[in-house]
Amino acid sequence: MEVKLRIAHLYPDLLNIYADRGNIIALRRRCQWRGIGVVLDGFTLGEEPAWMDYDFFYLSGGQDREQNLVCGDLQQKGAGLEEAVESGAVLLSICGGYQLLGEYYRAADGGTMEGVGLFQAHTIAGRDRCIGNVVIETTVTGSPLKLAGFENHAGRTWLDEGQEPLGRVINGHGNNDQDGGEGIVYRNAIGTYLHGPLLPKNTAFTDHLLRLALEHRYGEGVELAPLDDSLEEAARQAALRLGG
Amino acid sequence: MIKNMEFTGKIQESIPAMAVKVAVSRLIGAASGRAGHSGTSLPGKVVLTADKRIIGRISRKYREGTVIVSATNGKTTTSAMIASILKKKGLKVSRNREGANLKAGVASAVLADVSMTGRPGSEIGLFEVDEAALPGVAWQCSPRIMLLMNLFRDQLDRYGELEHIAGLWRAALRSLPEETITVLNADDPMVAGMASVRPERTIFYGIEDAGAGGGKMQHASDSKYCSECGAALRYEAVFVGHLGMYHCGSCGNARPSPTVQARDVRLGGMAGSRFTLVAPEGRMEMEIKLPGLYNVYNALAAAAACMALGMDLRTVSEGLADFSAAFGRVEKLSIEGKAVMLLLVKNPVGFNEVVRTLMIEPGRKTLLLPLNDRTADGRDISWIWDVDMEVLAPAVAAAVTSGTRAWEMAMRLKYAGVGPERIEAVTDLRSALERALELTGTGETLYVLPTYTAMLALRQEIHRHFSTDRELGDLVWK
Repeated sequence: MEVKLRIAHLYPDLLNIYADRGNIIALRRRCQWRGIGVVLDGFTLGEEPAWMDYDFFYLSGGQDREQNLVCGDLQQKGAGLEEAVESGAVLLSICGGYQLLGEYYRAADGGTMEGVGLFQAHTIAGRDRCIGNVVIETTVTGSPLKLAGFENHAGRTWLDEGQEPLGRVINGHGNNDQDGGEGIVYRNAIGTYLHGPLLPKNTAFTDHLLRLALEHRYGEGVELAPLDDSLEEAARQAALRLGG
Repeated sequence: MIKNMEFTGKIQESIPAMAVKVAVSRLIGAASGRAGHSGTSLPGKVVLTADKRIIGRISRKYREGTVIVSATNGKTTTSAMIASILKKKGLKVSRNREGANLKAGVASAVLADVSMTGRPGSEIGLFEVDEAALPGVAWQCSPRIMLLMNLFRDQLDRYGELEHIAGLWRAALRSLPEETITVLNADDPMVAGMASVRPERTIFYGIEDAGAGGGKMQHASDSKYCSECGAALRYEAVFVGHLGMYHCGSCGNARPSPTVQARDVRLGGMAGSRFTLVAPEGRMEMEIKLPGLYNVYNALAAAAACMALGMDLRTVSEGLADFSAAFGRVEKLSIEGKAVMLLLVKNPVGFNEVVRTLMIEPGRKTLLLPLNDRTADGRDISWIWDVDMEVLAPAVAAAVTSGTRAWEMAMRLKYAGVGPERIEAVTDLRSALERALELTGTGETLYVLPTYTAMLALRQEIHRHFSTDRELGDLVWK
């Protein structure tokens, strides 16, 4: 049986800011180097994936105009996406994508954009942008792991009581520049402000998501062949030093 | 067209006050020069604190007015091309230098050649202005020509989103006097859409050759949506990034027909390009010594601006033919006996164009890629993932990466499909250049693709530690 990673990339034409396609490139290559096949399908406005056909959903950020276009359409996809996440599929959402999956986004002018409500969190536009290198420590892989990235967002995201952030900020702003949390985790769905892009140099995190996605399809006990990540690790170490 | 723009008198001031400001700016200029700083923006910065309108006070006295150039890509090259054309007419030009394109840099430039009474020595002002600084400079200058070329994704950590910049540009256009002629790129939907702010006295330029681009939209494309109704635009031809021939299928908004056109575009790789310039004044063959379609755009923009100033086709053609590349954009030299080509890369679209041009050259290539993440480069280096490095990968014989983010570039190449055995990361620039020269075979060319501050640092290293066939000019440009 040929093992395949099945990725649904949501709004690849609209949400593609900050080079987030680097995350897709990383997933593809790391599968290819291990002889794992990749199915990568894009779904834009008005297109509904067969949700159970995919194990990895990807939603990144866009510019304001594009995000406004996506916001209404995403409401239609919300139920399907939620079902997939409840079944254990992996979802990685970055920046604007992360915000759109929360309960709502309140703009600077007071206008409110309704989110999908997959994440129990909401976002309020701030005056200044949170910009810079960022380092967080996460335990989602089972042991403490530092992730390095870059953040650039005006929104301040607040998690509801009892919700789990992706990690603790070691250096940078994180969700809201106040409570020390960064991102969110709900089952295998992740929201984060880290771009840079996130997956190429944080390989332990990437392989963790890859394993979860394959287990969603093929059951537990998926073993990933080790790769020579010396270059990636050097890049991560260099980025960790920049981020403090 | 207006000539000899009059001093409005609205912001008249006494001669002694002006003399003090000029003297202060000279002193600062001299002192900072001695201290070894480039000091290009400092005099302006200091005088601006005393007089916020100093740019307008002086620039309004230029006999031939002022030309303002702004864009994400091509400001420096295009300004240099315009200067080359103006020189053919024997005009004395006051110009700011790249990197000094904020308000203080423009103020320093206007202060550089004025008399103690505030009379400029130059006859025309030519200022390239940072996209975000445009409103602050434009209203003061009352420019004769405002050339707006393109808006691409560039350093979002510094500028915010494209829509925000577009808003600033529209505000700048609203502040202009009626006489100003705006010269707009018809092929950039967002820029062309700005004509609605002031439809009078607008000239469009564009490439009128559907076969000139690769046809395929590159990844790093912005502004693919109609500026009127937000629907996706349809492209009949794509030239560079999102620049092309487009129309909106939904509301009927379409690319304006350009009055100054490049037709029959012939790209000749690194050697340069040719095209036919077609304008109401006639048509003429143009030759530029710079590679790539993006430089055809720069030349076309320079031609359109100069024709709006009243220059004839022959002067434009001679000025462009004389032109050699602006600092570091494209430079050929020999280092330690090896042929080296320096090509500045600062954002995905520019980098993609360099990639496209490199792929015209035959054979596998040895590359040196210094990536810095200082403020002038953009601190967020994620943009390298928007570059179509995958296109370049099969042609890479060896690549040395360097700079503050050497490892990120090395990793990008690996994920683009360059075998790790062909990639070396050498953080130190001097060692990296030594290694890259070593890897370059006799008779081959080393292609060096640095970001902005890496280019500055690299030139210093070349100047100090390597033997070259000629001196590198303008080492202290900042």
